[in-house]
Amino acid sequence: MRTGLLTEPVDGLGEALEAIDAFDRALVAGLLRPQADGAAGPARLADAVAGTPLAARVAEAAAKAAAGVAGEDHFVALAAARTALLGSVHDALLARVEEAAGRTRDADTAPAAAERPPAANLLTAARAWLSDLARCGWQGLDHEVVSGAAEVVSAMLPDPSRRRLATLLDGFAAELAASCPGASAERFPVRRWADLWSRGMLLTVPGAAVAPATGTVDGRLLPLGIDLTEHATAAQAQVHAVFEPADGSASRLVRAAVSVPKPDTVVGAGIWQLLRPHMSLLAAAGEGRSMELTGMPVTAEGDLLWSDEHARPGEPAEAFATARVALPTATAPVTAPLDRHPARIAVPVFLEGYTARTDDDGRLTFTVAGTELAVDTDRIPAAGPLTPEAVATSGACIALIRWDAGAFRVQPLAVETTVRKKVTPVHAGAWAGGTADKAGARAEKAATDAAKVLSERAGRLLRK
Amino acid sequence: MGDGALSDWERSSTARVIPPARPRKLAKVPFVELADGRLQGVVSSGSDIGRVYVSSVAAGTYAFACSTNNNRPCGGARGSFCNHIGALINEAVLQYGAERVVRYLKAEVPEGEVDGAVLASAMRSTRPPADGTKAAASVFSRFLRHLAYLEHPPVTAPLPEMQFFPPTRAVA
Repeated sequence: MRTGLLTEPVDGLGEALEAIDAFDRALVAGLLRPQADGAAGPARLADAVAGTPLAARVAEAAAKAAAGVAGEDHFVALAAARTALLGSVHDALLARVEEAAGRTRDADTAPAAAERPPAANLLTAARAWLSDLARCGWQGLDHEVVSGAAEVVSAMLPDPSRRRLATLLDGFAAELAASCPGASAERFPVRRWADLWSRGMLLTVPGAAVAPATGTVDGRLLPLGIDLTEHATAAQAQVHAVFEPADGSASRLVRAAVSVPKPDTVVGAGIWQLLRPHMSLLAAAGEGRSMELTGMPVTAEGDLLWSDEHARPGEPAEAFATARVALPTATAPVTAPLDRHPARIAVPVFLEGYTARTDDDGRLTFTVAGTELAVDTDRIPAAGPLTPEAVATSGACIALIRWDAGAFRVQPLAVETTVRKKVTPVHAGAWAGGTADKAGARAEKAATDAAKVLSERAGRLLRK
Repeated sequence: MGDGALSDWERSSTARVIPPARPRKLAKVPFVELADGRLQGVVSSGSDIGRVYVSSVAAGTYAFACSTNNNRPCGGARGSFCNHIGALINEAVLQYGAERVVRYLKAEVPEGEVDGAVLASAMRSTRPPADGTKAAASVFSRFLRHLAYLEHPPVTAPLPEMQFFPPTRAVA
């Protein structure tokens, strides 16, 4: 891996992010009133996309926003401009990581947008709420405006096809509620909330959240590791894996995900318990086993639309063997146009021969071939055997390269560390399928008890 | 907010905003939240498994309320906090950490280690009034909404938006 490339400047990155920051600052004060400073924020965004097909619509939207009279369609146009600009940032950064990793991209291009379904009331309601947010700004947040999301989210959650927007709005609204009233907040997660806002806005466009299967695959799946994401009321486990097609064609990187809404009191091992029954791959990844796939649907982005009936357990396949042997030659999938965002970058790599250093604040850095990379140990799920200490004493690592707040960083999925003079792999997602580990078993028991209480209460009280 | 450069936290797409709930036993108090300007939640009755109490303490005034989900007032909550409210405060401290609960309630607590009992007694000593706002129905419906999260089916289509929600090892 040519890690030196990860710290070299990327052309145009600074200018693009300056325009993003200018717009994001406008959302702090809100777009309800005419903008005092000549509407620097929206106008900067419009300038940045002046040479694109979005130019006219965004210029109009920026002018309306500057005058404090932007409507919902104008907000959608501004969100689209911001998304397009960050899409270009994503492309430049991803090209850099793939160059560093020596990886080639699938020849497939991203599919053209599916036919647009008609507008739906729920999407309209979500858009109205997001427009209210943009008008009041983060400084104008109060419980009344934030609570407008609850009804929309409750109506969307039961419908799996609305899950993307529902999950996003639910997590976003919880953060906004925790920061009310905005007038007394000292600071805001400026880029993050603008990200969530614009992402939500785009998903209110009918058809934007659709990522259909473009075919099916047969072959052998070799898991690399599990990436867990969660907010108070949702969790997703995403398995990164190398797929070897049965027809002998080139192997490729794929992912398989399972997600579920959850009560906020289901945490840690309880999350694995909710996800576990719905994807046999979690247990296979935890045990270090391959899976044989037959007719598994896959999207153009390399996401397997998992269903256990298309998979059966295969031979043992240790993730570090996969990382050393199969990963270097696997090709990478393309990213769907609307999903191009720096936060989406998660490139599986194998690292070894690094030195690890922990500073006084507990921040861990790997020095790989002379290049320093921050290690994001905060992303290691608490319900698992992998710890920051194990990463700090490791000799080899399967990781996702990510980018955030101006720098590439390393998210460990698994490490090889020496236990009693023996090299031992430790996986962040080792407990996904269950565990015999003593600490893990205790966490499982506590989570089972909590889940039992909630289902008993639900059974007794919900349908009365 | 000035035009100065944004801090790393401000320009992070994955900045952590809310620490995750800490695990706790749910048998006695299945639901607790800091919302609507109150610490509020649901406490299971010790004697009747079909009955629950809806209890709350308001931020700032500590005005308190406790009644069954059928709106019968709790006999213990005449004049001051009943045992249900005590249990609610204890579990809130377990779930969110004392600091966050104290901050939300705007409570004045003595220096040193704060637990549920210390917090309850600090608020009780101000002789708070009973809360006449009759929020029990809305709290109970929020509890039912919370329970409904167990009923939504999982999906195996990817949710790319979850990339914005990494876990954190930080505790409340």
